[in-house]
Amino acid sequence: MSNLLQWNDADLAGEIQRRSGTKVLACFQCHKCSTGCPIGPDMDLLPSQIMRLVQLSAESEVLGSRAIWLCASCEACTTRCPQGIDIAGVMDALRMLAVERKAALPDGRGRQFNRSFLGSVRRHGRVFEAGMLAMYKLRSGDLFTDVGKLPQMMAKGKISLFPRRGGNAKEVREVFKRAEEEERNQ
Amino acid sequence: MKYAFFPGCSLESTAWDFDHSTRAVCGALGIELEDIPNWVCCGSTPAHTSNASLAVALPVMNLQKAQRMNDPVMTACASCYARLRTANYKVNNDPAERKRAERITGKPYDGSVPVHHVLDVLVNHLGIDSIRAAVRKPLAGLRVACYYGCLLTRPPEVVAFDDPEHPTVMDNLMAALGAEPVDWPYKTECCGASLSMTHVNVVSRLGHRLLSMAQQAGAQCIAVACPLCQVNLDLRQADARAAHGELPQTPVLYITQLLGLALGISPKELGIQSLSVSAESLLTSLGKIMSSIKSEPGRVAPAVPGPTRPGSDEKTRHLLHDLTNADSADMAAGAGGKP
Repeated sequence: MSNLLQWNDADLAGEIQRRSGTKVLACFQCHKCSTGCPIGPDMDLLPSQIMRLVQLSAESEVLGSRAIWLCASCEACTTRCPQGIDIAGVMDALRMLAVERKAALPDGRGRQFNRSFLGSVRRHGRVFEAGMLAMYKLRSGDLFTDVGKLPQMMAKGKISLFPRRGGNAKEVREVFKRAEEEERNQ
Repeated sequence: MKYAFFPGCSLESTAWDFDHSTRAVCGALGIELEDIPNWVCCGSTPAHTSNASLAVALPVMNLQKAQRMNDPVMTACASCYARLRTANYKVNNDPAERKRAERITGKPYDGSVPVHHVLDVLVNHLGIDSIRAAVRKPLAGLRVACYYGCLLTRPPEVVAFDDPEHPTVMDNLMAALGAEPVDWPYKTECCGASLSMTHVNVVSRLGHRLLSMAQQAGAQCIAVACPLCQVNLDLRQADARAAHGELPQTPVLYITQLLGLALGISPKELGIQSLSVSAESLLTSLGKIMSSIKSEPGRVAPAVPGPTRPGSDEKTRHLLHDLTNADSADMAAGAGGKP
């Protein structure tokens, strides 16, 4: 008899357990995480479904989902899990693995935002919001959302066209370099 | 009381009003703040969702700088607060994390620098009584929905200075200022946080839910303690309205702005003018109440206009009575202003 729930991918569960330091195999599908998830209605897979698919090592289903990029890291699931599983931490580990294994991302905006934000920190030591915003817009192709808000924000001093000094950019660049080496060597 | 202050990137731009109001109220209450020299970004959500080593190393860089100052750290941004606390938690609980962070930063760090949020400092370090004694312009009867958001209370083993599901410190602070914190069920529901940049539709949906519930509960404004909560409920309030239907204009103020007003600091110094949803009518009604209290001490002031709630008039009356008496007694004893 064929088993429809049989995936041939490598041990995703073990990899996520190692990276997130939380016991993903302990999930017994109570769905408390999904019930309280504020983003649940927008997700293609609910957090509890992600947990189950991780246990089954269904790599392409999980790493190719929108849900892992929609998680807002609000930690409601982690706080409430009766098994003490850091579900938000599992979502972080899944995003990193999706990028590392070059999974086909159904929605690249989260990844592009991360790159733009961290690129700004790497360059200036702190986030230079106008520059980060411009980078994100170019990368995502989403050029027009919120552009109408800029004049008002500038008038209220809430966004500046020039980066501020401080933040010791040189020291930060070194830290970025070594952190990336650490991630490669793990 | 002295703290090494970690402002964070938001407080330099979109949340400059949180920065100014935090410094102003701390100055007025005798809490000394010294900025961590050359502080760097904490990495926020983009770091912890893309590079686990970086997510600990960036906060640790700041904690190492703070350690040389010998003062506990205070932050105002809830996200910076959570990242600094998480880094401490990891360094303290996982020797491998500590070694990795030390390798990356090239300096030792033992995870021992305490990190506090400004709300924690105000309510638990300085104390409600000292704040109450310093109130010069009570926010008489102002109905406030206290919105804690996610990261001030979650996860509890990392950040907790209050209950993760039903926190009350902000409510206690607002009550001490003479305001009336409303009961509402979304105190710790998420606003969508950094999805604000990438998925506006999600943030509009969540914002609309929060704003409607605050209105239903009878709140005239929302108090927040996080720059992302503020942006998502204030700057994005128009988006929420456009996508999900009409909502009354609800000003969203930082806790330090409301505290500053009650301490008698000018709205301009607190950056109230930089809110997207104007708080002007709120201030005008508060001002009217204040002047009527001053002109006729003992007489009950009219309630601030807004949605009515059963029992609120009775409560307001008692509150105003207490406050006017307490206020004049404090003034007589010279207890207003700096303690």
